[in-house]
Formats: sequence, structure tokens, C-alpha cells
Amino acid sequence: MGEKLLMKGNEVLGEAAIRAGCKLFFGYPITPQTELAEYLAKKMPKVGGLCLQAESEVAAINMVLGAASAGERVFTSSSSPGVSLKSEGISYIVGSDVPCVIVNVQRGGPGLGGIQPAQSDYYQATKALGHGDMHFIVLAPAYVQEIATLMGEAFDLADIYRMPVMILADGALGQMMEPVDFGEKKQREIPEKTWACNGHKNQRAHNVVNSLYISPEVLEEVVVERFKRYAEIEEKEVLFDEYMTEDADVVVVSYGITARIAKTAVKAAREKGIKAGLFRPISLWPFPKKELASLADKAKCFLSVEMNMGQMVDDIKVAIDCKKPVSHYGRTGGVIPTPDEILAKIVELNGGEN
Amino acid sequence: MIFDKINKRLVVLCGHYGTGKTNIAVNLARYAVSLGKKVCITDLDIVNPYFRTADNADELKSLGVRTIIPEYANSNVDIPSIPSEFQSVFESDELCFVDVGGDDGAVALGTYADRFEREGYDMLYVYSAYRPMIRETEDAMDSLAEIEYLSRMKCTGIVNNSNLGVETDAETVKKSVEACKAFAERAGLPIVFTSAVVSVAKLLEGEEGIGEILAIKDSTKKLF
Repeated sequence: MGEKLLMKGNEVLGEAAIRAGCKLFFGYPITPQTELAEYLAKKMPKVGGLCLQAESEVAAINMVLGAASAGERVFTSSSSPGVSLKSEGISYIVGSDVPCVIVNVQRGGPGLGGIQPAQSDYYQATKALGHGDMHFIVLAPAYVQEIATLMGEAFDLADIYRMPVMILADGALGQMMEPVDFGEKKQREIPEKTWACNGHKNQRAHNVVNSLYISPEVLEEVVVERFKRYAEIEEKEVLFDEYMTEDADVVVVSYGITARIAKTAVKAAREKGIKAGLFRPISLWPFPKKELASLADKAKCFLSVEMNMGQMVDDIKVAIDCKKPVSHYGRTGGVIPTPDEILAKIVELNGGEN
Repeated sequence: MIFDKINKRLVVLCGHYGTGKTNIAVNLARYAVSLGKKVCITDLDIVNPYFRTADNADELKSLGVRTIIPEYANSNVDIPSIPSEFQSVFESDELCFVDVGGDDGAVALGTYADRFEREGYDMLYVYSAYRPMIRETEDAMDSLAEIEYLSRMKCTGIVNNSNLGVETDAETVKKSVEACKAFAERAGLPIVFTSAVVSVAKLLEGEEGIGEILAIKDSTKKLF
């Protein structure tokens, strides 16, 4: 058989993690990401790994903290309400400077919300998933194939920068099936985990992984050092994709599954003679600020398209320093926008039908 | 002729999830209607939140197919339920296609195993050589055994629904034949038919060694 397979996004999250050398998964089931845990429950024992269903999301994220502290590649996954439950643990992981990967296959919210796809955790993921002065890397795949690539990249980035990396997907991407090819991934240099609590064997001093600092001055120093790393990430790790933006009057900005729908709308707009383009942030943090700012000189306006009430739209305004008007179009609650709806908005922004 | 090989009134579609059971059930229902049969289709999927027979309910109803779908299908009520109307399939004179959820979704059948036994049934295992958890014969055998154990029923045939979604071409189907045959031989079950979307089925006409082909329409709901 050839190397191409037909897989669900959720399954690819699991398979790509294994191929990235991750042998530990701690999680708790929740629709629409449960196939991931189901896949790993079957697959992990075959590769000498462990897939453990914890008693709760809170337990799962603290198991991740433990395994990460021991220097192991580890990840957890959930959907929106479950990610909220993990938020305290995620802050502790950031405060402990340990690497891990966290998957959010988003569904409608707030509260218990619904089980259909949404992108309404953008704020939570990029701004406030946990207390304290903190960031972590957030990657938003738009294709099942892209999940395979980004999952490997997420583990590498986590190890290099010693922090959580989130894969922010949504129910549609998790549930849909597409052909996928697990090709060779470009190798990154991963620093040795000299900080890991994996047994000193009387050869070295104890390592301590901890997020508690008694002295405010020391804590300040630690946080400032961490922000230097954040600055380096903002410099070096921005990911994005562009489609026909060079001469675009209307720049549609959209990520994840919605970007694919927006792309169809952009193509339709071009057929109508409207100069539309698509800018797709792949890293939501670090947000591609410079790249968007460079489009602001030529474009007439920006349109943020998301499955929420308007969250990324603020990041776009900041990125382009409000040089041009930025609008939002979105559906929420688990409703997926159609290409026609987005096209209508593009036409409107371009000054109506010719 | 497919309905010479499937000759029971109750036809159950089971298999690993994501192999296309719903798609096959819906297409078999359409095909049976085109042959003038009185048809019923029932969605017994208690595990899939997004893609299910219910997505095709309107079209099937318009063809005169009786559809039995769970009350909460495609809503936000995250509760698996079997519609009470399902009991009627044991009393009717229709050709009934029963679309079962993937893998352990087969447990939904177990409750009714005795009634299926009394009435007689065909149970088709839908296979795909492109699904990683069952592509190898050993893994497919494990999956088959799990489903038979949970459903307390026995599979009577295999459907080869190997595909790569929109990227499926004639080669995709041809390459799958050997793997499917190896599995069928090991399981001691006949391959009832191989499916291919209409455009690909045309290209496969006259191809040796594939056996009977059912030309299908991709009936998977398009999310966008």
C-alpha cells in the first residue's frame, strides 16, 4: 500500500504525536475530540507508550505537569469546557518552564455550550488561558494534512522554548476525514533537558521543577527572563499563509477551518473582479503582526472571519495600528459560515455590486 | 447481482469507524429503491456526533424510503439514543438497512441480537485499506472480532469501500483489492461488492479481479 491514508483530524493528532516521539497521553473524554483518545488507547500500548484516562481534566493536566517535569514528551487534549478546567494546571506548567502540547478541539460555548464546531476560544488560547504574566505558542491547523505537520512542530517548539504549545483546532477539523501523508519532518535541534527531574543518580545536584517563588525580586527576574524568550519566539516562530494578497483591496484574515471557507469566498470575489485576498495566521501566538502591517499600506480594508462574535479582529487592529478599517464576520454557537455569506460581506466592503 | 448475495430482509452495516458505513447504507437504500424494492433505513449510530444517516433523511424520504433516525441526531444533545421506532424493523416487510456506529458502536445491536437471529440477517463488515487501524489483515481481524463480540452477531460478508475521499481514483481502488482479499480469505467471508464513486466506477469497468462494483454517490455531509 502507498503511504496515503484516510484519517479523521482527531486520529491524525494522535498518530502525529506518536511519530513525534511522544509516548504519553493523559486526558479525559469530551465530544468532539474523543476519537483522539480512542485512537491512542489502541495505539499507545503497541508502541510502548501510555494512554491514560484520568479521573478528570484537572487530574490529566497535572499528570502532564508531572511527566513534563521528568523530561518526557507528553500531551493532553480536550474540547472547550475541558480546556477551561485545565487552565490552572496550564499556568503551573508555564510557571514551571516545562514543555508539553495541549490540544483544544473547540466546540460552541460558553458554559456547556454545544458539540458543534466553534472558534470561540481564541481569546482564551491567545490571551488568558491561566493566571499570571504568561504566553504560550498557539498553532491553528486548517487541513487534516497540516495537523500532521504542526503536531510534530509543536513538540519541537515546546522543547526548544520550554513551554506549552497549543494546537487550536475545532470540531469540524477533528471530525472530518481527509487523505494524509506522514512525510519526513524537518529536524530541529532539541536542547538536552538538563533541568529534568529524572533521577540524579548521585552524579549531579537535585533538579527542582517548581512555580513557587518566595522572593518577589526572584519571581520578577524569572518572569522577565521568560518574556525574553517570548520576544525571541515573536521574532523567529511566526507562521502564516497567504493567497492573492499582493494586490488585494479587501484582505480577509481567517484561521483554521474557517480560512478554507474564506478562501472559496475570496476566489468567488476574484471572479467578480474584486481584488480580494486571504491572509491565514497559522501561529495565533505569536500573531503575524509585521506581515499584516505590511499589507495595511496597500489594502483598503481588512475583514476578520471567525466562528465567534469577533475575537481575532482586535489583534488585527493592533497589528496594523488601526491604519485601515477592520470588520468582522462570524457565526457562533456551532454554526459554520458559508462561502456565500463571506462573499456578500466582501462585496459590501468593496462598495457593493458593480 | 448484489441482492442475490444479500438475500435477507435485515441488512446490517458495521465496521471500524470512518470506513463509510453510512455512505454504503444510504447508497444501498437508493439502489434498492431503484430496483423497485420497499426500503427502510435506520440510523443506529450512537457514537458519531457529526456525520450520520440523518444527514440524508430528506432525500431518502423523497425517494419513498422510510427513515428511522434518533430524535436528537445533529443537535447539541450529546446523548446516544436508539429510536423507539427501531423495533418496527422486526415486524415490517421492508428491506431494512441498519447503519451501526463504528467499532464499539456495535454494542447497540447486542440488545436485539436474538431478534435479528430469529428474523435472519446479513451483516456486512465495511472495510477500507486506507484506514490505519484496520489496513493490516491482523488488525482488521481484531476489529471484526470486537464487533462480533459486542453485537453478539456474526458478519456474513465484506464490502470493500477503500477510498481516499476526494483524492480517490481508479488506482486507489485497484491497489486496495489485494488487501481486502487477504482479509476476506482470513475471515472466511465473501466480498459482496467493491464500491466506487460513479466517476471512478466508470474507469473500473471491465477491470479483472475486482468483482462486482457498486457505483455510489458520495453522501457524506459537506460541513462547508
